Amino acid sequence: MRGIISFAAYLPYRRLDRSQIAPFVGQGGGKGTRTVASYDEDSTTMAVEAGRLALRGRDVTPTQLLFGTTFPAYADKTNATAVHAALRLPGDSLALDLGASVRSAVGGLVLALEGHGTSLVVSADVRTGLPGSGEESSGGDAAAALVVGDEQAGPVVAEFLGRASVSDEFIERWRVPGEVRTKTWDEKFSEISLVPLGVRAWNRALEAAGLTANDVQAAAVSAPLARVAKSMGGKLDGVHVIDDHAATVGNAGAAQPALLLSALLEQAEPGQVVALVVLADGADVLLFRATEALGTYRPARTIAEQVAAGGPLPYGKFLAWRGMLQVEPPRRPEPGRISAVVAARNEDWKFGFVGSKNPETGEIHMPPARVSSDGLHTDEMVPVVMADAQGTVVTFTIDRMAYSPSPPVVFAVVDFDGGGRLPLELTDLDAAEAAIGQRVEMTFRKLFTADGIVNYFWKGRLVRNG
Amino acid sequence: MGSHGIKDRVAIVGMGCTNFVEAWDKGLDDMVIESANAAYASAGIEKDAVDAYWLGTANGGMSGITLARPLQLQNKPVTRVENYCATGSEALRQASYAVASGAYDIAMAIGVEKTKDGGFQGLNAVPPPHDGTGRTLTAAAMFSMVAPAYGAKYGVGADKMREAMAHVAWKNHYNGARNSRAQFRREVSVETIVNSPKLAGDLGVFDCAGVADGSAAAIVVRAEDAHRYTDTPLFIKALSFIAGNGSGVTNPDYDYTNFPEIAATAVDAYAQAGITDPRRELALAEVHDCFTITELVLMEDLGFSERGAAWRDELEGVYDLDGELPVNPDGGLKSFGHPVGASGLRMMFEAWLQLRGEAPPERQIEAAKPGGDRSMALTHNLGGYPGEMVSFVSILGR
Repeated sequence: MRGIISFAAYLPYRRLDRSQIAPFVGQGGGKGTRTVASYDEDSTTMAVEAGRLALRGRDVTPTQLLFGTTFPAYADKTNATAVHAALRLPGDSLALDLGASVRSAVGGLVLALEGHGTSLVVSADVRTGLPGSGEESSGGDAAAALVVGDEQAGPVVAEFLGRASVSDEFIERWRVPGEVRTKTWDEKFSEISLVPLGVRAWNRALEAAGLTANDVQAAAVSAPLARVAKSMGGKLDGVHVIDDHAATVGNAGAAQPALLLSALLEQAEPGQVVALVVLADGADVLLFRATEALGTYRPARTIAEQVAAGGPLPYGKFLAWRGMLQVEPPRRPEPGRISAVVAARNEDWKFGFVGSKNPETGEIHMPPARVSSDGLHTDEMVPVVMADAQGTVVTFTIDRMAYSPSPPVVFAVVDFDGGGRLPLELTDLDAAEAAIGQRVEMTFRKLFTADGIVNYFWKGRLVRNG
Repeated sequence: MGSHGIKDRVAIVGMGCTNFVEAWDKGLDDMVIESANAAYASAGIEKDAVDAYWLGTANGGMSGITLARPLQLQNKPVTRVENYCATGSEALRQASYAVASGAYDIAMAIGVEKTKDGGFQGLNAVPPPHDGTGRTLTAAAMFSMVAPAYGAKYGVGADKMREAMAHVAWKNHYNGARNSRAQFRREVSVETIVNSPKLAGDLGVFDCAGVADGSAAAIVVRAEDAHRYTDTPLFIKALSFIAGNGSGVTNPDYDYTNFPEIAATAVDAYAQAGITDPRRELALAEVHDCFTITELVLMEDLGFSERGAAWRDELEGVYDLDGELPVNPDGGLKSFGHPVGASGLRMMFEAWLQLRGEAPPERQIEAAKPGGDRSMALTHNLGGYPGEMVSFVSILGR
């Protein structure tokens, strides 16, 4: 049996209330909220967070990492290698980026399901758009990760039953690489182009799996527009279509298919058949049967928990984070680019957040050290993974003068459970929330970008409900 | 093995110090020419009489040529040294050991910094190539974590802490207002200090030292030669320096209420100088008041106040200009300003003036004058942050 071994979605903490848009811009916006990647997040960091959630609690080691996003941090250079490094996956494995389209993200899942070995299929997206645009309002930032493999690698929670794909060429939407504005043709044109392809794929997928629509308990529809999703949902022979979180998260682009598959599986009961329907430059329909193992599986953080845990972000700050509104920075020099050589040498620390431990004294070093702090032990250390450790704020400060892409900097001295201390920048909180005694967990972020090089490292964030 | 010091083997026989200002119209070259010439004149020697130079500058330039070129030194050894904000003290330390060793007869320690040419706030250094995982906090933020930790440990309420820190700033501005070389020569009310805009944590603008351009210089010779140059040389009683191993930053036992590197240099310096009760033996102390909370904690690390008592001593005026032990009678970093490479030598310049009775009458400490009952001064210069610090302590005396 082959299928999904584990799954998890990652929703960034911040929420933009869409009703804030029109009073500011004079147009756009709408009801509900959308998720917003923090100024220190990008598609790579969100992919890491989703991957961490999907791998947590599962003793499985993917040997292939497929990363899909429409908004990669780098061109030419692979982005998946940073995800791979931050997840501390084995060096002897394949990590690669899929093309920058929604279709590629679902395509990665298909390739993994129909291939062999154990794959981590991760997709993440930052949904951009000009102020007041429909894309800005309806989009949402998110990531989702799926571990795909055979039951020998780990308990399969959703057995892959079959799929069908249809491809076609038409210009429904487009974006020039590097730009933030996605242009669209005409909603009606999108609908009449995509929905018939979806129907074809739906029927062929059922046929391939030897099922009828009656056998399917629930479906999720990923489509570029709400209008298209609604229309498609009406043509699935009466199968229940689950909510796509448009009112709270928004459309997560390349992450939408895996996000909705995660939602489907979070809601499914063992034995039920579910369908993922993806409309993007064609159509893909994938069918899964929830196994008994799903009954005991729960992602480290469910979508519902993350939807409920968000914090508000004013629209002005949203625009500043997106680079749409330039805000006067503190009068401090901007950081220069990091050294690729030093970063490569310190990959385990920088990306994996791996410190060292003196087995003799239990002392933990962050960054890792060759010599113990008492000077008495040299080269006796063992690596210690700190990325999943939690800690407590011992003391903290608010730095209003330090350089930051979004000042002020909230900085805390954190003592980790089980030993080790590190002064850390905190993220995903308002300065007033910082307090001694707060519980903190680690999150992979970008500290700044200089000369086009993204400086990825870890920050702390408050342990919130869920 | 041991730290033996060079007590009474080396003397300062001449000093110079520029005004510490935002010197928009002067370059680094102008500043070293001014302080060096003042030091030559003070010692009554010609430039060529100095055998070797130690230049302290954190960011002013690389190599000894930074000094040799503006002074047009002819075939002289010039060493540029850097040790964070203790750079100026380090220059004096190296020059002193050089003459003590007999390698040279006359050496100059000179420190300089042009902090205002960069266009940014605070002090900014260009880091060597790095992996991007280091902290990027300002010094103010790092030191701001000390105040709440200290208050909590000793049960001092936030209001009392605020008051004690404000007193440090008030005192140092009071003293600086009586110093023609100081950057800020105005008394500042406690109310203004308390209500100044916050920069980091609870540290406001008036809790932070001024950043200035400036230069200071000292000429040192072996003690037996000192009286050839002046009747009132200043003898080096102790020089102590420690570069911390940085472990405080990641040591869960460190509680941000003291600076162990400083306490260790103080112990070493007192042993070298034979001091047992610094609060009663010293005529004055020039300490590294980069932030008000720093000076407060230094009073304990240097052994002037009992642990947990510095805030009360500060408020009771123990360290005021007319107090039991005047601290920073020249205004300190707070109002004299902080040209990094020069500050350590600037502190010694105040000791030079006070112990020779040459400070202006409005801030001359009576006990410090020749014939007064206290003949030694302490200078303390630190660099870095809580948990990761370099510390220097000198004792100078008649």
